[in-house]
Amino acid sequence: MSYNVSNLLYLITIVTFILALRFLSNPAHARRGNQLGAIGMLIAIVVTWIKTGGTSWWALVLGMAIGGGFGAVAARRVKMTAMPQMVALFNGVGGGAAALISLAELHRILPDPGRPKVDIGLAIVLSGLIGAISFAGSMVAFAKLQELIGGRPITYAGQQFVNAALFIAIAVAGIALVAGVQDEWLLWVLTAGAALFGILFVLPIGGADMPVVISLLNAFTGLAVALGGFELESNVLIVSGMLVGASGTLLTLMMGRAMNRSITNVLFGAFGQVSATAAAVAAGDGGGTVRSATAEDIAVMLAYAHKVVFVPGYGLAVAQAQHDVRQLADLLEEKGVEVSYAIHPVAGRMPGHMNVLLAEANVPYPQLKEMDDANPEFSRTDVAVVVGANDVVNPDARNNQGSPIYGMPILNVDDAQTVVVLKRSMNPGFAGIENPLFYNPKTVMLFGDAKESIVKLAQDVKAL
Amino acid sequence: MSHSTLLVFEVTILVLAIFLGIEVISKVPSMLHTPLMSGTNAIHGVVVVGAMLVLGSGHKGPFTWIVGFIAVVLASANVVGGFVVTDRMLEMFKKRDK
Repeated sequence: MSYNVSNLLYLITIVTFILALRFLSNPAHARRGNQLGAIGMLIAIVVTWIKTGGTSWWALVLGMAIGGGFGAVAARRVKMTAMPQMVALFNGVGGGAAALISLAELHRILPDPGRPKVDIGLAIVLSGLIGAISFAGSMVAFAKLQELIGGRPITYAGQQFVNAALFIAIAVAGIALVAGVQDEWLLWVLTAGAALFGILFVLPIGGADMPVVISLLNAFTGLAVALGGFELESNVLIVSGMLVGASGTLLTLMMGRAMNRSITNVLFGAFGQVSATAAAVAAGDGGGTVRSATAEDIAVMLAYAHKVVFVPGYGLAVAQAQHDVRQLADLLEEKGVEVSYAIHPVAGRMPGHMNVLLAEANVPYPQLKEMDDANPEFSRTDVAVVVGANDVVNPDARNNQGSPIYGMPILNVDDAQTVVVLKRSMNPGFAGIENPLFYNPKTVMLFGDAKESIVKLAQDVKAL
Repeated sequence: MSHSTLLVFEVTILVLAIFLGIEVISKVPSMLHTPLMSGTNAIHGVVVVGAMLVLGSGHKGPFTWIVGFIAVVLASANVVGGFVVTDRMLEMFKKRDK
């Protein structure tokens, strides 16, 4: 196959990838877009296969069978709640592949007379570096989310200094390579150093901030792949890699905005630790009275409401209560209640995660309301039911300048007539921040396990 | 095409891809951000093309063999896993099917 023909076929692949992303603008045809992308990927693989002309074909088959087999099985088995770590894992292996390609390319080029051209050398160094950071960082993120290691930020004295020293060492090795020092071991040192850097970089970041990290590392892998395209003179790698690099960067920034925190703060702030002191400060404000009610009372309230909005948080996912919530919602709808779900962009363990979990429970997506659409609706809502959410409904984010989450956009559930909060106990939530919503006179607490409470509510609504 | 012409061309499409990426992604609703992440994840699995070119190159020593093979395994996991998991998620987004 000639160079031009193969590049034209690769162009088809690029177009399918762009369409795959374009189709994601609407849930109705998003799936078709993804399938189109998969077909495009298949075209790229077949074209590349023909280009290799059967060299080491059995090794290619074996490698693809092992990797593809693992990927397919893991992707089929993973629970929807475990999606963030699955994305981290697949992201990491992609970055690892990009780093390995750099090692192989330098090894191939070096024996040639004359050093590698500066631009190729630069692409090799950066792709190896970024790919290795992405690989190692993603593996740590995976381990944290899978709870193989503790989710708390791990910090030690002189941490920033160690990271900085390591980074300078990596940079020196990289510059030497690009400047034409023809030592292959330098790239090894650089790649290993970058992997170590990736580990040290992610370790101090708390479990709650992992989604931002994964999104950033996703962008890193994309960038590493795009740079790999320069090494191999491959347009399809350059364009696809950079599409991912750009989208990952944008998504990372959007997530930062949804939490009202700068990316620097997420990456270097070790948030879980900082908030411990902030909670101690904020704890003084509490002390109002808390109203609680029985499931029967709340069931009556729900059944005779016109409009009920559920506000699900990660606690709902942990309790695996999404199916029960949907059953409760169905019962209410049979009684003529208008039901919807208000979803904060960072509810769950990654952006949009809660939508996936509710979709899995067969909640029709038109009922899933994004924050900007949901907030104006609360003033017309009779009952807002908060299930396992805390910080995303904390009015302190609006009113209390001293609060660590001040300025974070929240769901204004306190605009509703009544707020029902399902909560295990009065312990502060994941980030350890006091929530004045619980002391609001409009608020009724229903204490207990989220799943059991929902099931009880459903029984009582049915009995009415 | 001379080396520098090719480089300029490549940089051009790189820069255009950045703008295209931002443009396309900003139209995705936050409802679909998880599938978006896993979908873009699958797309960077295109690195499998590079891995195949390494492993499928002629006259390679044992080093390239091993590195290329591992790269193909990792990249294939990225491709298949990424698309399958995204498909599983998007399949669930339905309107009412009663």
